[in-house]
Formats: sequence, structure tokens, C-alpha cells
Amino acid sequence: MAVSRIAVRLRDVHRRFGDVRAVDGVSLEIRDGEFFSMLGPSGSGKTTCLRLVAGFDQPTNGSVELFEKPMAGVPPWERDVNTVFQDYALFPHMDVAENVAYGLRVKGVARAERKRRVAEALELVRLPDVGGRRPAQLSGGQRQRVALARALVNGPRVLLLDEPLGALDLKLRQEMQGELKALQERLGITFLHVTHDQEEALAMSDRLAVFNHGRVEQVGTPAEVYEAPATGFVAGFVGASNLIAGELAQALTGSPAAFTVRPEKIRILPDDASVPEAACVATGVIAEAAYLGAFTRFGVDVSGARLVVVAQNSGSAGGDLDALRGRSARLVWPIAANRPRSS
Amino acid sequence: MTRLARFFHLHPRLGLLALLCLPLAWLGLVYLGSLSALVVQSFFRLDDFSGLVVRRFSLDTWRSLLQPANLDIARRTVVMAALVTLADALLAFPVAYYMARYASERLKALLAVAVLLPLWSSYLVRVYAWKLILAKEGMLTWALERLGLHGVLEATLALPGIGGPSLSVSPLGTFVAFVYVWLPYMVLPIQAALERVPRSLLEASADLGARPSTSLRRVVLPLALPGIVAGSIFTFSLTLGDFIVPGVLGNSSLFIGQAVLAHQGTAGNIPLAAAFTAIPMAIMAVYLVLAKRMGAFDAL
Repeated sequence: MAVSRIAVRLRDVHRRFGDVRAVDGVSLEIRDGEFFSMLGPSGSGKTTCLRLVAGFDQPTNGSVELFEKPMAGVPPWERDVNTVFQDYALFPHMDVAENVAYGLRVKGVARAERKRRVAEALELVRLPDVGGRRPAQLSGGQRQRVALARALVNGPRVLLLDEPLGALDLKLRQEMQGELKALQERLGITFLHVTHDQEEALAMSDRLAVFNHGRVEQVGTPAEVYEAPATGFVAGFVGASNLIAGELAQALTGSPAAFTVRPEKIRILPDDASVPEAACVATGVIAEAAYLGAFTRFGVDVSGARLVVVAQNSGSAGGDLDALRGRSARLVWPIAANRPRSS
Repeated sequence: MTRLARFFHLHPRLGLLALLCLPLAWLGLVYLGSLSALVVQSFFRLDDFSGLVVRRFSLDTWRSLLQPANLDIARRTVVMAALVTLADALLAFPVAYYMARYASERLKALLAVAVLLPLWSSYLVRVYAWKLILAKEGMLTWALERLGLHGVLEATLALPGIGGPSLSVSPLGTFVAFVYVWLPYMVLPIQAALERVPRSLLEASADLGARPSTSLRRVVLPLALPGIVAGSIFTFSLTLGDFIVPGVLGNSSLFIGQAVLAHQGTAGNIPLAAAFTAIPMAIMAVYLVLAKRMGAFDAL
């Protein structure tokens, strides 16, 4: 990967709609060849940022650069990026082949080459036999692939994906996650991906930015963002976190400073089991237990705080969860799993 | 009452029949009945000496319909209907596009009222209003004289086939009034069609490298076409059958509607009047089949 080249740069970008600050001072550098996700809840400004990069919208302040070139005043049809839209935005009056050929056609690519490249693009998304069909005749997953082919056929240097998997069901979504990632690695171009699904962002991205209220809370690799969340918002939004503060924090660590700990770091140990070194130990009462297939999630009350604990169902799982309710439980986790809460 | 409700719930088709029997009776007897009576009439003929209708099958009336003078009337009417439709489409599209894509909800409601408002007043009043605007001593002549454009008006009126002694008795005046009275029927279906084009399609087109003019040609127009065709059904058929506008604003050359009126009224030649009505009916039948193929009825 060419580490030093910057494909997309946002420099202190603001976008206001009336009184609403949709994007409020975002600076990002997305490297060439990177799978980069913008993750955040709805209304956090991530889609607006994507639209600023595509050129559908202009920043109120700040600048957008593509490959070091400022994009102020450059319309979408002159930018070297293509977009996969959330609703796919396939042209209903054209068949699949015409949809995919559209970009080549308006650029005046000759018919024979157009035909060849359309076939290649449909092959790339593993949809070779639907060229003659109308978008309305396709399933959601197929439409998604056509939208992908229609964007990629133009050979963009940056592909923008706006919640591309949002409308698919769970199974298909997981399948497409792997496929998108493999496609990006094969093509070697930059993917800039917007999602509100933290699992999707973690699974696919080389790096990601977590958005909240029009600002970037943290930028990093999935492991960095998950293991070392920079803010309380990131800790809560990316995966679940237990917040421990006040007297309980004092009792566990000797300091009242608030910290967070991931539910899967905590183990429920029998009373007679030996406790490893450098561990936090808390005793509480199991208030709820939910069987989630691969995992069981417990809610344990410790000194008035409800801690969430996730245990993998590796042994004979299930059992009588109702009977566990009200029992006391000893919670143990390594001190190293504690993350200071900065804000 | 509950038994009746239960009966119709279990027999939904009978319920539908009960609902539709009145309009079906109306359409079947009154509407289709009078239409077929009309067609039958066209196969009778007028006895030239007695001036009475001979109620025996004959093709004489249809033969006389094909006289050059009558074909001239048909041609004039069809050309006018086509030109009025074209002008209405050109005027309505930008208005409908603005309403569908740019206007705020409030402005959109306001514009819809503005488009519909003329339909709340009598059509006759509006046509006579145009008579006053276009008359020799009317507003338009007065305004053009003040602007020093009197020469333009004179030159336009001098054009053969378009002009006349004044705008209020000319084909041009007839055209202007037709375009005005049917415009709302074109704006609304086009707007309805454009409302259903999501913004993301235009963004996708731009994203794929199309300039706005290309997007208009390749995405917006094809998707608005059903609306344009739907609107044209109104403007075309309404012009085809109208006898008021050319009567008030035209010159002595007749339109189909006027010919029908004259033949069934003063001339008492009901068979020829009936044959004349068959022309717009036939044209519209072909037109509707073509329109259906273009998906016009999805936009209504």
C-alpha cells in the first residue's frame, strides 16, 4: 500500500443547514488504497461528509481535496469518484446492462468497448446473466451488485459507499461484507464507506472514523478504536461498555477515576476458583440472563451498578437460565482491560 | 345489518357489483348507448330535396365526409391540436419541474392553486377575456403600441395562415387561447410524473459523469414522458372537439367541433355531423393505444 499518498483529505470542513451544524469541523486524511469507514449514528454528519466528497454538496467552510487537488467548485461529473447509493438509484427505465453502461455512454466510450467493460464489471460482481433485466425484476442483493458494477465500471480512484448493505438481510449482509473487502483488495482502489453498523465497520475497514454530532471522535484501526476508545461516546457506540465510577471504582482500583470495561473481558468465576494476579474482583447478584445463541449475556448488579457480562457458550450452553437469576456471582477481569474514561 | 355485512364479506364480488351497478348502468346505457346511436346515425343519409334524414343503411354520408372541404377542416383541427399540445408541453414542463424539484411545500401548494384557479371560473368567461385582450382595440395592441412594437404585430398579422385582420379573429389568436385554457391539464400530470423521480437518480447520473443537460435528456425526460403523454391526451382531445374557442377567436374557416355544430343545427344534417364526430374518436382511439404503450396511464 502506498502509505504516504492521500486520496481524500477533508480540512476543517463545516456544513451548516440553517442553524443545524451537520458537519462541524471535520479533518480527515484517507490514504490511497485504503478501506476507510465513517461510522456513526444517524445525523452524525457522516453521509453529509460523503456527499461533500462526491460533490453533491459544497462545504460551508473548509476544503475537500482529492489526490491533493482542491475540489471547490468542481461538479460531481468532473470528479474521479463514483458512488454506490443507499437506495441504489438504479435507472428504472433502463435494463441492467444499460445502467452499468451509463457512465461509459455519457463519456462517449465506443459501443464495442462499452459492451466488453460492462460484461467485465458484471462478472466482477458475480452477476453475469442479468444484463437484459430491469432493476425492478432483481432482488435487493442483485440490485446492490448492479449498483456496485455501475460505479466500478468507470474505473474510479475512490469508490464512495453510502450504507451499501443497509437494505439487505443479515445473512446477505455478512456475505457481502467479505465480498466488498475482497473486491477492494483486488482492485487496490480507495473505498470510502459510510455506515451506522459498528460490526460492519470493524469487519471491513483498514481504518475508521467515529462520528458524533458532526465531529470526528476518533480515527484508528478497528482494534485501536475497539480496544482503546478515545471517548466515552466511542466506548459506548463501538461495542458495549460498562462504565464504572465513584465508590465502585475506588473499591476496585483504589482511585475514584471513572473507567470502562468491555463485557467480554469479564468472567464469572466460581467462588472457590483462584483469582489471577492483577485482576479486578467484584461480587454481585445476577439480575438477568439472556441466551443469544453463541453467547449468553448477563446483567449483574454490583453495589447498585448493573454490569453487563458476555460469556461464550463454548460448553453445553443454555441450561436453566431462569434458575441463575438472583444467585450471587463473582466477576473477575484483568486490570489491563480497564480503559480510562476521558470524556 | 350485520347479516348484510357478513354476506358481502363472504361474497366480495357481489359487494363490488352492488357498489358499481349505478355507474355501470350510466356508462353502459347513457354513455355507450349514445355513442353507438351516433355511429349508427352516420350510416343514414340526408335527402337533398326534402331535407329529411333517410333511415336506411348508406355510405353516402361517409363519402361526402371525404370531400376536400371537409378533409381541410379535419386537417386544420388536427394540426391545431398538435401545435397546442406541443406548446403546452413546452410551457408546462419547466413549471412542473420547478414545482416537483425546487419549490418548498408551501410554494408548491400555492403554485398548484395558481395552476388550478382558472378552472374554477367559467371557460366561456376566460375565452371572452382573451377576446378582449386580443381585440384590435384591446390590451395587447395598446401595450405593443406603447412599447413601439406595433410593427411586429402588423407583420405577424400579415402572415398567411396565421394572421388576420386582428389577433382576435386569427388562427394565432385561437392558438393562444387554446394553449392558455388547456395548460393546467398538462402541468399536473407532468408534475405527478416528476414527483416520482427520486433525487438520487439525478445525483447518480451526475456522479457517473453526466452534465445536467445529459441528465435531463437521458434520465428526467424519459421518466417524465408518461406524464407528458398523459397531459397531451387532455390537450389534444380537448382541442380536437372544441367549438367555442375557434368560434369566438377564429376566422371563417371551421374546426371539427364547429362543423358538427353547424351540420346538426342549422343544416339539420345529423348523419354528417355524426360522421364528423367519428374523426376525433378514431384519432383518439389510436392515440390512446399508443399512449398506453408509452405508459401514460401510470402517470394519471
